[in-house]
Amino acid sequence: MVGMMKGVLSEICERLAKGRTPFRLEHALLQGHRAGVGSVPMVILLSLFVGLTMALLTGYQLRIFGMVTLVPAVVSVSFTRELGPLFTGIVLASRIGAAYTAELGAMTAGGEVEAIEGMGIGARRFLVVPRFLAIFLLTPCLAVISTLSGIFGAALISELLLDISYDFFFDQVVTNLLIRDVVSGIAKSFLFGAIIGIIACYKGLSVKGGAVGVGTATTSSVVTAISTVIVVDSLFNIFILTFFP
Amino acid sequence: MKAEGKNLVEMKGVKLALSEKVILEDVSFSLPKGEVLVVMGLSGCGKSTLLGILMGLLTPDSGIVLFKGDDLTKMTRSNLNVARTQIGMVFQNAALISSLTVAENVALPLEELTKKSTSEIAEIVAQKLKLVDLEDASEKLPSELSGGMQKRAGLARALALEPELVLFDEPSAGLDPINSKLIDELIIKLRDQEKVTSIVVTHEMESAFILATQMAFLHEGKILLYGSPDDFRNSKEPTISDFLSSFKVAET
Repeated sequence: MVGMMKGVLSEICERLAKGRTPFRLEHALLQGHRAGVGSVPMVILLSLFVGLTMALLTGYQLRIFGMVTLVPAVVSVSFTRELGPLFTGIVLASRIGAAYTAELGAMTAGGEVEAIEGMGIGARRFLVVPRFLAIFLLTPCLAVISTLSGIFGAALISELLLDISYDFFFDQVVTNLLIRDVVSGIAKSFLFGAIIGIIACYKGLSVKGGAVGVGTATTSSVVTAISTVIVVDSLFNIFILTFFP
Repeated sequence: MKAEGKNLVEMKGVKLALSEKVILEDVSFSLPKGEVLVVMGLSGCGKSTLLGILMGLLTPDSGIVLFKGDDLTKMTRSNLNVARTQIGMVFQNAALISSLTVAENVALPLEELTKKSTSEIAEIVAQKLKLVDLEDASEKLPSELSGGMQKRAGLARALALEPELVLFDEPSAGLDPINSKLIDELIIKLRDQEKVTSIVVTHEMESAFILATQMAFLHEGKILLYGSPDDFRNSKEPTISDFLSSFKVAET
């Protein structure tokens, strides 16, 4: 993986030294459309129902202690700092990471990657950079959409079943959310995007052994990316809460 | 290290082992400009590996590989990529980029490696596709093409940058006689009209003797015989005569 990244960086430097752009904008936009726009419905749907469920279960517990009005604060802070980026990471690892690995794996198995390399184009730069940029830059955007959807789902169920009006709910969200919650969530999303992009491309370009190899690599890519995202999420939280309490 | 004389390609003492299995051992030959070298040998004897080394896709364990006098094995990645623009390769399975149309495939090296304008690129693409008789298939995806058409599209892509050396990995494999003949005619056209140097790996003996100005026979990782087609016809080496007779060589 380190070798791949070193290769990509050296190929980028090589292109820049020749006065050429390291990637084609249209390729990055195409990948961005797939990774970003294509994932919006799934992110909204999942986050909406998770937000709804979270508010419902939290509300019923807090109601016992007469603290149901804490629901907006709990849901909004949780989604902004944690669940929005995490769900987005999991959705993108499954949806886009798998697609990247399968696509690059099929190209590797079919000799296309070797052909690109043989032409002197620099296969790693040509194939990895647009995909990496797309997922790296769009994960935070999708995390914001996920967070807003989760909060909206929570507001909806709170109005319907917890007797919390929309006005009160959103007033509490604005009061309780801090800038550092937002910054923390967005920073984490960039990290998740980078992790998924690197793992997916690496697994795809390392495929050996035809169709079976592509299948194995795709499974491995999704499992590795999701596991890594969850572990890094925990470490990130420990770091943030230790050094920026 | 610069090669002397007019050799375009030169290999000296090349050895390569993959997973501890020796694929090539002490392979040496030189190929002057404008010649067509046909490499023959049994399956798995290292013919495609030889092409991989010439493309810089594989690095030999020892030996030198000179292209226009410069050792490919010692080049920086940047210089290797420059050298690769002067070497075109037609892969056994064509290896066209499946998500790009035929025209986009041919345009790819031009777009990525030259500063030509869109109109210049379109002109070159049209010219190369005409050369391989694929003008009508320019907007098709590789999956919509027959095996022969894919090979020809691969050749058009390999020729896009006007390379000095073209490598063909079993260009006729799996093709019907008509398509096979078409590919042969294209290689002959490149040899006679464009003076392009080529290295052709093939099992088609009839094609081999039509195309070759030089021939090499690889056996157990070594070059058993390197010479003219006549040297091969007259060879008393049992492995070679067995190989040629099994293909019922048509004397020309």
